[in-house]
Amino acid sequence: MKILVCVTSVPDTTTKIAFTDNNTKLNKAGVTFITGPYDDYALARAVELKEKTGATITVLNVGEADAEPVIRKCLAIGADDAIRVNAEPTDAYFVAEQIAAIAKEANYDLILMGRESIDFNGGQVHGIVGEMLGIPSISPVMLLDIEGDTAKITREIEGGKESLEANLPLVLGCQEPIAEWKIPNMRGIMTARTKPLKVVEPTGTDKLTTVASYELPAPRGAVKMIPADEAEKLIQLLHTEAKVI
Amino acid sequence: MSVLIFAELDEGKIKKSAQEAIFYGAKVAQMLGTSATAIVIGQASDDELASAGRFGATIVLHASDAKLAEPNGMAYATVVAQAAQQEGSKIIVLAKSSLGDAMTARLAGKLKAGLAANVVELPDLSNGFRVKSSIYTGKAFAYNDLKANVKILAIKKNTITPEETDASAEVKPFSPALNDGDFAISIKSTDKSSGDILLPEADLVVSAGRGLKGPENWGIVEDLAKALHAATACSKPVSDLDWRPHSEHVGQTGLKISPNLYIACGISGAIQHLAGVNSSKVIVVINKDPDAPFFKSADYGIVGDVFDILPRLTKAVQAL
Repeated sequence: MKILVCVTSVPDTTTKIAFTDNNTKLNKAGVTFITGPYDDYALARAVELKEKTGATITVLNVGEADAEPVIRKCLAIGADDAIRVNAEPTDAYFVAEQIAAIAKEANYDLILMGRESIDFNGGQVHGIVGEMLGIPSISPVMLLDIEGDTAKITREIEGGKESLEANLPLVLGCQEPIAEWKIPNMRGIMTARTKPLKVVEPTGTDKLTTVASYELPAPRGAVKMIPADEAEKLIQLLHTEAKVI
Repeated sequence: MSVLIFAELDEGKIKKSAQEAIFYGAKVAQMLGTSATAIVIGQASDDELASAGRFGATIVLHASDAKLAEPNGMAYATVVAQAAQQEGSKIIVLAKSSLGDAMTARLAGKLKAGLAANVVELPDLSNGFRVKSSIYTGKAFAYNDLKANVKILAIKKNTITPEETDASAEVKPFSPALNDGDFAISIKSTDKSSGDILLPEADLVVSAGRGLKGPENWGIVEDLAKALHAATACSKPVSDLDWRPHSEHVGQTGLKISPNLYIACGISGAIQHLAGVNSSKVIVVINKDPDAPFFKSADYGIVGDVFDILPRLTKAVQAL
């Protein structure tokens, strides 16, 4: 089985977001970049499938050179080789086009990625890739088992979950609890240094969307504290002042 | 050239989030001097379909093919793409939902569309087509210029407050051409709590964290939620511990919600939790620790024991 795992390099979840250059660029000063948490679940499940069935795992990142530490970490966790498409990943259609172009060159049985990147949160790339390749896409996937050519999948829906079946090849957007995050061990980190990481230039169209500028949310007003012995007052305030109940 | 809105059904009724989408789409249509057409897929009564008119749709296309009875993102995307072609629609509006998300991406792929997800405002048409969207899990916004011929807007809950009229939409049957590939995914079973208020749709949410000490104590959370007609939610540790189902987990790696009211009980307010809830209109925090970071992001706060406070709040709500 051949698995392609697509990963993003994104600001750590504890990052306080700020922008520079007249609010047109993320202020990367002091920001730690990590593998997208959902992508990490996708990779972890791929490594489990590899351990079970002997799959090969290729990691793909559409990103600039500063994403390479994240790619190396994925190699350390258990991917066999990696490809980086050298482009800024800002438009879902554009990113999907890069992934589809790589996927067309090799017949992957599974294309896994996180349900969404935690920077732009679009959650669309897997579906667009599926459409471009003419294969099914499913997200957010909580459980994945492969039996022969069939994938048995549990997907989260509003207020519950759905059990699905589909034949490979598939594109899946993953989330917990599909697998436990994996931490690279020393041997993995050593071997990752020499695993192949190919850099290719982007193909295809211009971006269909661009970001003109960014903005931070307006700060909330000061918190109004209500003494515990007058807790009932809260309900009155929500009713008459905030007018939400 | 109409603006096309996908209006999702839940048990034969147009969902609240879909009513918002219709109203949003109708506003965009007004800005562009055109009309709004809704597409509804699945079984619904004619009265229900015509009710899309109350939110601004002039026409409702209804695809009621028996094969479309189950929500299926791929097949539904095919239907909406064909409706867009028939109507010559260049702008498609959907509400964010698990079905909507599955469709949005497939549609964007089919139509080579410029796509903005988590849209939070009406577009700015003064210089091209610019929409504001929520990014970094609610920690920031982006102003996106959509440059493609076809544009898809997936709107976040509470982006717009629909105003109703007594207008009625004209209902027209719509017969899409479906192929086997659209049904490549088979739904084996669905495990969904029924009767409850769906968390992503809820206007009011009562949420609790590890401060509740154990799943057996959730009664006081559920009682307050019931009194308020609110949905219940929980923090990540609570869903990780299996005290509550994962579908209730709000935060960075769970659901991102934007209700009118979010009441957090016994949740300290880690930045990852805030990310999922900080676009709520009003936030109430109840925590016995006066130094809980969540108080800094709240509108109202009570320092106190949730086991004492929650039952009293429930009584106060019942007395309203």
